[in-house]
Amino acid sequence: MDRDVHRGAGHYIEKNLHILFPLPAVTFVVVMMLFPVLYTFFLSFTNWNLTSGQPLSIVLLRSYQRILREPRFTAALGRTFSFTLMAVSVETVLGMIIALILNREFRAKGLVKLILLLPLVATPVAIGIVFNLFYDPTIGLANFILTRFGLPKLAWTGSASTVIPSLALVDIWQWTPMITLILLAGLASLSSEPYESARVDGATEWQIFWRITLPMVMPTLLTALILRSIDALKTFDIIYAMTGGGPGYASETLNVMAFKYSFEYFRMGQASVILVFLFLLVLMMSLVIVRLRKSLEL
Amino acid sequence: MKDNFHSNAKKKLSLIDGAALNARLCTEDCSMQTVLQGIRCVQFSTKEAEMKRRFVLVVLVLTALFMAGAQQKEIRVLLANHPYGDLLKTVIPEYEKATGIKVNVESLQESQLTTKLTTEFATRSSTVDVFMTRPLQEGKMFYKNGWYEPLADYDFSDYPKNAMDVAIFGSKAYLVPLVTEWQVLYYRADLLKKAGLAVPKNFEELEAAAKKLNSADIAGFASRGKGAAAVTQLSSYVYNFGGRYLDKGKAVFDSREALDAIRFYGRMLASYGPKGVTNMSWENIMPLFQAGKVAMWTDASVFYGQIVDPAKSQVPAESVGIANFPAGPKGNTPFIVVSWGMAVAKQSKNKALAMDFIKWATSKELAKRGLLANITMARNSVWQDSEVLSKVHPGLISTRDYASKNGFPYDRPYMSAVGEARDLIGEVIIESINTAGASPRLEALAKEKAAAVNDLLMDTGEYGVY
Repeated sequence: MDRDVHRGAGHYIEKNLHILFPLPAVTFVVVMMLFPVLYTFFLSFTNWNLTSGQPLSIVLLRSYQRILREPRFTAALGRTFSFTLMAVSVETVLGMIIALILNREFRAKGLVKLILLLPLVATPVAIGIVFNLFYDPTIGLANFILTRFGLPKLAWTGSASTVIPSLALVDIWQWTPMITLILLAGLASLSSEPYESARVDGATEWQIFWRITLPMVMPTLLTALILRSIDALKTFDIIYAMTGGGPGYASETLNVMAFKYSFEYFRMGQASVILVFLFLLVLMMSLVIVRLRKSLEL
Repeated sequence: MKDNFHSNAKKKLSLIDGAALNARLCTEDCSMQTVLQGIRCVQFSTKEAEMKRRFVLVVLVLTALFMAGAQQKEIRVLLANHPYGDLLKTVIPEYEKATGIKVNVESLQESQLTTKLTTEFATRSSTVDVFMTRPLQEGKMFYKNGWYEPLADYDFSDYPKNAMDVAIFGSKAYLVPLVTEWQVLYYRADLLKKAGLAVPKNFEELEAAAKKLNSADIAGFASRGKGAAAVTQLSSYVYNFGGRYLDKGKAVFDSREALDAIRFYGRMLASYGPKGVTNMSWENIMPLFQAGKVAMWTDASVFYGQIVDPAKSQVPAESVGIANFPAGPKGNTPFIVVSWGMAVAKQSKNKALAMDFIKWATSKELAKRGLLANITMARNSVWQDSEVLSKVHPGLISTRDYASKNGFPYDRPYMSAVGEARDLIGEVIIESINTAGASPRLEALAKEKAAAVNDLLMDTGEYGVY
């Protein structure tokens, strides 16, 4: 009797396993990811502004018009790209070189690997504070080293012309090891046969790298590139902690600008517009790279 | 099938009506059924009674816990990372002990505090009862959104009138002034003496001294250069040149007087300031001063305690001086402002407790303890208490005396959208510093930014209102 009842419930569970098991994950994605994204889209069509004391009203594309006309927005957009390009390109080249070095056998390899991976586990805001001390034009270590080598002092994050490279340098310091790590995994999985035949054919190391290693490791490299680029496009913590977007707006990327618009100016509607653009940018970027990967048939 | 149905119905009934009914039903039932089934049935009912007992027990325990929780009165208080916030944190246990009220304290850095309060209040999800607040930064906006509770039965007679100006909206007071600060000149007495210079009393002397004291190793002069953060410290320069940020609800920082001040400020910082000053606020300049790399520094009076603290500074306390802000071509009216106040949240569900707490947290007794810790409290009476004054640095007392008689009670444009307005003015300041005050497009830039600030004033319905 009772068993029948249990079998009924059990039957229901068994029949709907494909719904029940993913349910927690689906709920999480809907509540924590999908809803905020859709709500941001909704807010971007409003003029919600906390300083005005008025309730929000729907203004359709007017917030978009206002943001697009803002020279500060176009500058931030360009800066987001130049920061990403600067950081990711150096990280890729450096990461590749380090990975190639680490891929050989040598003594204390484990220790070197461990030291290289340390920046990855450090907290970005703490890194920002430490680098700020390091970059301090008057009492900082960076200028001390420059003067030791007889070079002129730099303002680092204190000048509009050097602030983006200075910030990119921090990003490079922290994230090159990630590229190295991914590439090392890729290099380890390569078969040794093409190398042996290349050596038999008398190929130089340089040729081996360009003709064999690089093409074979390309899928891994592109994966690393996608991950890093998306991450770099939305960098926030380091920039906010180190310069807050300054001097002036000289290091203001889209994310920092959106933060200022929402939590310093309390213009939630317009901040959402900026975030919608950032979202589209990241989406486009991933699509382009995915397409590129497919077209290369990797 | 019928059995099944019967058993099901019985089970449901028993669940609803309790163990007694269940037992009765069960005996009736058992008499009609086979012995085997009967045994199972009895087993079932005892098991269920046991479960019920446990359930009742759990409910009882939970109720007891809940009632105990309800008896413990609690309030939630948001403080700033400010010396007075730190002082409160150390004495709140005394308050808890005396009143039996549990005070849940969170403390945040000032801009994060504004952000947290704003998002909590705006989303109507806040459980904040009492909070520290910056009247000049967020006062207008919080009042307009109805986030401050009017403080009807608080005795404000001990507060200076110009401090109350920013606490009162319409006819009601909405916040208690806590801390005042005014702009001063910090200087290195030893360096001035070595160079044979007197403490600068006006801008000309300030520039001459900065020029003489400036060297490859030590900046002759420092003040905030980081755009928005510099706005407050530029204000006294603007006032002493005869200008204002806002006048009669309109932006006027593009006036000739204000521009003269901005050019002077830019020239001083570009010529004698530390390198990279356009990215420096007080938190970057203070360590330089403490490391002995700055000869003179104009900033708010609150930092005095920290630059004479031997644990924090490499410069001996006797080499550090504090003086009135130097006079300009149009006299000397440095800012003196209420930098911090305390308020009760409108949506608080514990208003009586919150009122009790705020009266204690802003009491004369605590103000005295604050001033003894070099925190420049707003209450008048503590500044007349000779016992307290004997322990406070005379420089702080004399500069406050001067500023409270001659000062101007705003250090930034007083408006709802002040965050954005500060960034706009900051752009003009940075342009001036980058060109050592000589930028040919400074006036046009200032006009453009003043128009933008006027737009903000119009957006919030504050244009022309004063």
